[in-house]
Amino acid sequence: MASAFEYAPAPESRSVVDIAPSYGLFIDGEFTEAADGKVFKTVSPSTEEVLSEVAQAGAADVDRAVKAARKAFEKWSALPGSERAKYLFRIARIIQERSRELAVLETLDNGKPIKETRDADLPLVAAHFFYYAGWADKLDHAGYGANPRPLGVAGQVIPWNFPLLMLAWKIAPALATGNTVVLKPAETTPLSALFFADICRQAGLPKGVVNILTGYGDAGEALVTHSDVNKVAFTGSTAVGKAIARSVAGTDKKVTLELGGKGANIVFDDAPIDQAVEGIVTGIFFNQGQVCCAGSRLLVQESVQDEVLDALKRRLSTLRLGDPLDKNTDIGAINSAEQLARITTLVETGEAEGAERWSAPCELPSSGYWFAPTLFTNVTQAHTVARDEIFGPVLSVLSFRTPDEAVAKANNSQYGLSAGIWTEKGSRILAVANKLRAGVVWANTFNKFDPTSPFGGYKESGYGREGGRHGLEAYLDV
Amino acid sequence: MSEQNRLGVFKTYKLYVGGKFPRSESGRVYEVTDSKGAWLANVPQSSRKDARDAVVAARKAFGGWSGATAYNRGQVLYRVAEMLEGRKEQFAREVAASEGLSKSKAAAVVDAAIDRWVWYAGWTDKIGQISGGANPVAGPFFNLSTPEPTGVVAVLAPQKSSLLGLVSVIAPVIATGNTAVVIASADAPLPALSLGEVLATSDVPGGVVNILSGATAELAAPLAAHQDVNAIDLTGAGAELAKELEIAAADNLKRVLRPLPAEADGPDPSTDWLAAPGTHRLTAFLETKTVWHPTGALGASGSSY
Repeated sequence: MASAFEYAPAPESRSVVDIAPSYGLFIDGEFTEAADGKVFKTVSPSTEEVLSEVAQAGAADVDRAVKAARKAFEKWSALPGSERAKYLFRIARIIQERSRELAVLETLDNGKPIKETRDADLPLVAAHFFYYAGWADKLDHAGYGANPRPLGVAGQVIPWNFPLLMLAWKIAPALATGNTVVLKPAETTPLSALFFADICRQAGLPKGVVNILTGYGDAGEALVTHSDVNKVAFTGSTAVGKAIARSVAGTDKKVTLELGGKGANIVFDDAPIDQAVEGIVTGIFFNQGQVCCAGSRLLVQESVQDEVLDALKRRLSTLRLGDPLDKNTDIGAINSAEQLARITTLVETGEAEGAERWSAPCELPSSGYWFAPTLFTNVTQAHTVARDEIFGPVLSVLSFRTPDEAVAKANNSQYGLSAGIWTEKGSRILAVANKLRAGVVWANTFNKFDPTSPFGGYKESGYGREGGRHGLEAYLDV
Repeated sequence: MSEQNRLGVFKTYKLYVGGKFPRSESGRVYEVTDSKGAWLANVPQSSRKDARDAVVAARKAFGGWSGATAYNRGQVLYRVAEMLEGRKEQFAREVAASEGLSKSKAAAVVDAAIDRWVWYAGWTDKIGQISGGANPVAGPFFNLSTPEPTGVVAVLAPQKSSLLGLVSVIAPVIATGNTAVVIASADAPLPALSLGEVLATSDVPGGVVNILSGATAELAAPLAAHQDVNAIDLTGAGAELAKELEIAAADNLKRVLRPLPAEADGPDPSTDWLAAPGTHRLTAFLETKTVWHPTGALGASGSSY
C-alpha cells in the first residue's frame, strides 16, 4: 500500500547525551572495575553501533555491593521518613530535568522509539519516584500497622524492555520504605541504570544506599541467592522466576516476581471498531510487543472479525518502522539479536503449525535488529503462537461467539497478567472483567500505567504487586 | 439398663471431600491415640489419589464460592460458629484427648475456635475495602483495585493445635472465596475430621473445604506439585519439609505462606493461637485485580464521553 504521506526525517538530537567510552560498577557511591576486570559491550540495536563498554559483575562484586548496602542500611533505615522522602523528591526532580537526555539514551541503548521514551517511559519514571517519595513519611498510614519496618537489603533484577522504568518501579518503593538496594540491569541495556547512579550522586544520596551492578544472568543469580539479601524483586521471564522461587525456598527472603504474559484483548461486536483497532495496535505493537502485559492474543467476536482484521491490516500498513530516534517512528528495533532470533523461531513455528501469517509491508533497515508488525490468523488455542509468550510485534488472532467463550479462551493460559475488553456495554465490561483471571484489565483502553495503580499477575505471571499502596508491602516486614 | 453397663457407640472417622464423607480410596487406616498413648480411633490414612480427588472437588467448588456475595460468605462462616457452639462438649473432649489439655483449657480453646469463625465471618465483606480501592491515576481514567481469591489453596494445618490452629488456618482461606484442601494434624486429626461434620451442616457448599487425614509429607508432596493448586499454606510443615514443598510449589508459582518459626507451634500452642490473628492470613491468598476505564471529559467544545 502506498504511503499516504511522505515524511521528512525528524531525528531527535543525540547531542543531549554524552556516553562515556566505559563505565564501572556503582558500589558504595563509587564507580569501580569488576574484581576480575571483565567488561562487555553494549550496542545500539538499531545500528549495532557499540555505545560503550561496561564492567561485568561477578560473584565477588555482588558480595561487595551487598556488603555496602548492608552497611548503608543501618543509617538509611534510621533516617526520619521525611528525610528519605526529600532524597526521593530530589531524584524525581533531577530525572525530570534530565529527562530528554535520558530518553535519548534509553532509545539508543534499547531501540524503542523516542516518542515512547520521551512520552511514556521518562514521565512515568519521574512520577514513580515522586509518588513513593510521598509515602516515605506516611508509612504508618499505609494499612500495615504502626511503624512498619523495612526488610533490609533488596536484590533487584530487571529486564531490558523498560530499563529505567523498571528501575524506578524497584528502587523507589524500596528506598521509600527504608531498604537499601543492589540492582542489576539487563546486559543489553545497562546504560540508563548507570546514568541513574550519577543522579543518585547529584541528589547527594548516601553512599551504598543504591548500588548498580551491570552484568549477565550469573550476576543476577549470585545476587538473588546471596545469603545477606533480605528481599528479592525480579521482573523477567517465567522460567527464571521459577528458578528464583526455588532458590529462595527455606529462607526468609521476601520475593516478588513480575513475569511473562499472554494477554487476551477481547473485542465484542458492539465495540467502536476504530478505537478498538487503535487499542489492539497499542496493545501489541507498543515497544515492539516486548511488553510482559502485551495484548498478544486478539479475541474478536466472529460477527466483526473481518471488519476488525481489515481495519487492523490497513492501520498496520501505516505504521512507520525505522530509526528509533526519529520523532515520527512508531516501531523501533528489537532489543537484541538473541530476541530477534527468538521471535523469528516462534513465528516460523506458527507458520509450520498451520497458522496464517500476515506481515505489514514495510522496509526493514539493513543493519540492526528488526521485525515487521505481524499477525497470525487461523489460530487455534493449541497453537504455539497462541500459548507461548513471543515478546515481539506478533499478534495471534482467535475468534469467539459468546462472552462465556471469550472468557474461557482468555483464561486458558498459564499466565494471568493482563487483558483488554472492548465493548460499549457497561455491564458486560464489569461482568467480563470480574471473570478474567488477570492482574490488570484495561477496558476500552490498553497499556496504561500509573504509579498509583497496582500492577502484577495471577498464576504463572508471578506474585506481588508493584505500584500504589500495594507496592509498599513488598518492601515492608509485614 | 444402667448407664455403666451400656456399651458406647464409636464413631467411624471419615474424610470430608466434596461435601461427602468417604473413606480413603486406599482402604488404609491408622491408629490415633490420646496424649497418653491410649487408642482413640482408626482414621483414614489418605493417599495421593485422595489428595488429587480433593483438588478436583475444591476446583469444582471455586466458581460458586468465589462468586458468592461477600455477605453470603459471611453468613455461612457465622453459621459454622453457630453449629460449633452446639457441639462444644464433643469438641472439648476431642481436643482434650488429642492435645492432653485439662477440661477447662480444652473448653477455652473450643470457645476461641468458635470466636475465630465469628471474627473471620465479619471480615468477608470488609477485606475488599481494606485491601482494595480507587487509585488516583494521572489521567482521565477510572481505576479500581479489588482483591480476589487466588483459587484452590492447599493447607497444612498445625500439627499441635488440632482445632484452634486448624480453624485459624482454614477460616481466612475460605473467607475471601478460596477453596481449601486441608491436611489435618497427623497425630491429632479427630477435631479436624469432626469439623467436617460441622461444615457439612453449616451451608458451606460441598468442596469448599476438603479435609484429609494421614501422613503430612505423603499428602503434601502431590499437593505442592499439583498444577491445579494455586497456593499452599505450609504452617503444619517442619523446616525441612517446608523447604521441599516450597521448591515443588515453584513449578507453577504457587503462592506460598511459609511456616511460622518453630516456637509458635510449640509446647503450648493454644496460647499462641489465642493471639489476635490480624489480616495476613487473609491477604496471603488474595490477588489484586486492577481495572481501568476511560472517564471521558466534558469540554467547552462538546463532550468526549
